Amino acid sequence: MKTIIDMQEITKSYFIGHPNEFKALNDVNIRIGEGEFVAVIGESGSGKSTLMNIMGALDRPTEGKYYLDGIDVGQEKDHALSGIRNRKIGFVFQTFNLIPRMSALRNVELPMAYARVPGRRRAERARQLLEIVGMKDRMSHQPNELSGGQKQRVAIARAMANNPAIILADEPTGALDSTTGHLVMDIFHKLHEEEGKTIILITHSRELAGETERIITLRDGAVIAELAGSGKQGRTA
Amino acid sequence: MERSFFDWILLYIDKYGELFLQGTGITLLLAVVGTVAGGVIGLLVAIVREIHIEKNDILLKKIVVRVARVILGIYIEVFRATPMIVQGMVVFYGLAFGGIHLSPLAAGLGVISINTGAYISEIMRGGIISVDKGQTEGALSIGMTHWQTMLSIVLPQAIRNSLPAIGNEFIINIKDSAVLSVIGVAELFFQSKSAAGTYLQYFPAMVITCVIYLILTVIISRVLRYIEKRMDGPKNYKVDEKSELEYVLLH
Repeated sequence: MKTIIDMQEITKSYFIGHPNEFKALNDVNIRIGEGEFVAVIGESGSGKSTLMNIMGALDRPTEGKYYLDGIDVGQEKDHALSGIRNRKIGFVFQTFNLIPRMSALRNVELPMAYARVPGRRRAERARQLLEIVGMKDRMSHQPNELSGGQKQRVAIARAMANNPAIILADEPTGALDSTTGHLVMDIFHKLHEEEGKTIILITHSRELAGETERIITLRDGAVIAELAGSGKQGRTA
Repeated sequence: MERSFFDWILLYIDKYGELFLQGTGITLLLAVVGTVAGGVIGLLVAIVREIHIEKNDILLKKIVVRVARVILGIYIEVFRATPMIVQGMVVFYGLAFGGIHLSPLAAGLGVISINTGAYISEIMRGGIISVDKGQTEGALSIGMTHWQTMLSIVLPQAIRNSLPAIGNEFIINIKDSAVLSVIGVAELFFQSKSAAGTYLQYFPAMVITCVIYLILTVIISRVLRYIEKRMDGPKNYKVDEKSELEYVLLH
């Protein structure tokens, strides 16, 4: 299996006034192979969000090496990082972060516009993606006309737009009720099984984490355990 | 013969109606130019003041940004902490002292624009800060650079959020441009005073002026409210919850 995320001795520290230094991540080593479905769990303050920001090339580590699909992320300039985010990573956030006053279709098209995909191909692919997530009938709706679950489905379609190697989901069901949350998880399972996507789910819920293949547990900025998950069959509710 | 109050009103309207109208025109010009130019100044100042310095930025950028921040901070402080009537005097006579002779109208337009710019820059800064952090996150995540995010995602939302407060500045400018009469700008209050002076009957002349200001501000505030409502979009969205169920049944 090809390694797609390779984090070696990653440390991220913040200066909170001299001489204090706060290490949000401390010597973290994580390797994730192509096509894996992995959960990262931890209490709030355990370093999950910092890890997600570094994994997603939104931030750089203070120390250590991070190779994303073979690219040394720490060495790249801002402009190159935005290109990496655009092509390699699809983000799904707890708060959806869709662009207001822009239809679902336009929201899904947007990452493709920044990847210079021609207009007609953009619309076509956006339609296909929205169909995959079950939003075929809501394509012209704006975010504020959609329910939470619908918004998250649009956000997943948007994350898939440039056919990224990795989907990085930060508490994607955090703002949803459990039924809707399960629907969103179903989409992730589908993308994992049918499209072979690498999916990294960041969550504080053990229940959701149990549905993945591997569970990495963070505490105080360090990896304290790695366990096998039981996959979709492991759903408890 | 003793004239009644209404006789005086009619007399002023009859003899000086055109003067009042000209004054109204200049007042509107001051308010429109002041708000539009002030809006542009305010937007630029707010953008510069919101540029973040990163640890790995080059030294020159760090110095330029810091110096610009100090200068703009002083600008905002000075223009918000002194009365516009004094600013008008200082700018008009100050320029003349330095050998630059501007017409009162040109000086007045300049002063009201710079003054409004100081206020609007703070309004815009608030607008920028109030845009949900998730919008920046989302924009960066789909591969926009920092500047693309600022220009095409954050600023449009910030400007939209600031519009009611900027509309308010426009109304304030209609009223407060009256202080520019001290440097001889022939706006509504200045013209009314000239008209009143001919018969030394200030009360009827000022009642006319008062009514004109009222008509202007009431109409404009209604128009602004209408525009705001239009921009908010339809009031009643129908969020279709049923489709969640459809989705369960279909899959």
